[in-house]
Amino acid sequence: MIGSITPGEMEALRLSLEVASRSVLFSLPIAVLVAWVLTRAHFPGRTVLDAFVHLPLVLPPVAVGYVLLILFGSHGPLGGWLKRHLGIELAFTTAGAALATAVMTFPIMVRAIRIALETVDRGLEAAARTLGAGPLDRFFTITLPLMLPGVLAGAVTAFAAGLGEFGAVITFAANIPGVTRTLPLALYTEMQSPSGDLPAARLATISIVLGLFGLVLSELLARRVRRLLGRR
Amino acid sequence: MLKATLLKRRDGFTLHAQLQAPTPGVVALFGRSGCGKTTLVNLISGLLEPDEGRVELDGTVLTDTRAGISVPVEKRRVGYVFQDARLFPHLSVLANLRYGQKRAAAAAPLIVFDEVIALLGIQSLLERRPHQLSGGERQRVALGRALLSQPTLLLLDEPLAALDAARREEVLPYLEALRDRLSIPMVYVSHQFDEVLRLATHVVLMEAGSVVAQGSPAEVSLLPQLREIIGPEAVGAVLDGRVVKVDATIADLQLGHGALRVSLREARVGSLLRVQVLARDVIIATEPPHGLSVRNALEGTISALTLEQQEAAVLVTVDIGGAAILSRVTTEAVEALGLKPGLKVWALVKAVSTRGHAFHLRTA
Repeated sequence: MIGSITPGEMEALRLSLEVASRSVLFSLPIAVLVAWVLTRAHFPGRTVLDAFVHLPLVLPPVAVGYVLLILFGSHGPLGGWLKRHLGIELAFTTAGAALATAVMTFPIMVRAIRIALETVDRGLEAAARTLGAGPLDRFFTITLPLMLPGVLAGAVTAFAAGLGEFGAVITFAANIPGVTRTLPLALYTEMQSPSGDLPAARLATISIVLGLFGLVLSELLARRVRRLLGRR
Repeated sequence: MLKATLLKRRDGFTLHAQLQAPTPGVVALFGRSGCGKTTLVNLISGLLEPDEGRVELDGTVLTDTRAGISVPVEKRRVGYVFQDARLFPHLSVLANLRYGQKRAAAAAPLIVFDEVIALLGIQSLLERRPHQLSGGERQRVALGRALLSQPTLLLLDEPLAALDAARREEVLPYLEALRDRLSIPMVYVSHQFDEVLRLATHVVLMEAGSVVAQGSPAEVSLLPQLREIIGPEAVGAVLDGRVVKVDATIADLQLGHGALRVSLREARVGSLLRVQVLARDVIIATEPPHGLSVRNALEGTISALTLEQQEAAVLVTVDIGGAAILSRVTTEAVEALGLKPGLKVWALVKAVSTRGHAFHLRTA
């Protein structure tokens, strides 16, 4: 057997869950907005925005972490401002790990939400309009509920992917035990140590189980919402 | 009065329409598929912006491109019943019905929830989801939802087109009830002339993006433009009259100076009735007839003869004093009888031939 989970590994698991949750909570509203803009709005720079959103999919994660460090480091243009005015520090913090995770999983989320938005029948929005609903009202009472399966699927998939984000996190937030040492970082650390074979195996198993659980949950949720909407 | 003058160019199609119809009442937009009926309705609803034009309802301007007026759809108070119902799938029937009602101006509601539920017979459906409804039920709920938004105008875009004949018959009486009990002006789009006959108080004929004629159903039924759309076999005068006498299955309908006997169950004295007498069912006589089984011999004068070249037939319009009858005869008969405008004739109509074309308009 591979033995029992140590407190350090528990900590890594807890941190992974926290980082992934914060990253999803933070990026979900923005992802919905960006998906809406990319699907519905027509403006000259749309293709560029689309490419920009998908950039983390094709860049080396280390490069993303590096860019975040330049922008959000305590001397960076955005990081400096956040520190001075809001007292928020991102580099080498749990929040920073969440930000790096959010950026990396953003394309996955936008993609799922976009597909969901494209399947929303615009005729229903027109009907809501004739019934007196203004733009925001229509969005929250018709469009959003109808695209909910996609939004949920996107969120759960991004969450599952976020549990395992490595390159961007270690570059931007470093590998600090109890602060930014999430599951994959702990796994990596154990693999560097001569006595780390068993802990590494345990951490890898936890990651696999979590990932599977996330994907199955995403599918179940989507099915349930579809049934609720009467489209089996 | 509903007045609209609208111009819209889109993908090589031009809609240029003018209509003017009394309110309240049911304005039927009638024409073949693709003639621009739905476009016209969308322009009136505001879902589509015209290139140029103006829409005015009972003195309120909804659209005026010259004055830069365009009331947003959500503030127009125009109810819209779509061909595909468009019920919100994530809401129950009740929540669908309440959707527009909640958003209607706080002013005293003219249309009350319980009344609509009763009028449309949808009490038992309230807890259901749209996907659990039949096509006919869906359209009734869509009607209720539009009505409860307290509209000043109700637009119906072929609400029965997606239904089979039995389902259409299930919904039509509700539409008649709406027309007779609520004083909301309605615009009803259809390419089925029998629906138009049952519901309309004003008919607008459309062809290739233009309004080619408009008027009361009786007026429009005599026009050659209608024949172009429905074909010569379906042509016949439409007559609105009051039932003056009922005896078993025969009712006497007062028309201008004379009376028409029609075969009809459930007619009541005093009620308004609309009948269509197909031109192919009417015989013309130049002398008062004797010894015939035909129940109607309406005396009148020929006011027009229209040659239908392809059919070697002539459409004869007989003025019977305050109303007109159409008869379709062969060119040979016209020559043999010497039919010409101004000639005194008798139009013979079998009472049973009006069956199936008689509609109760408004019960007194």
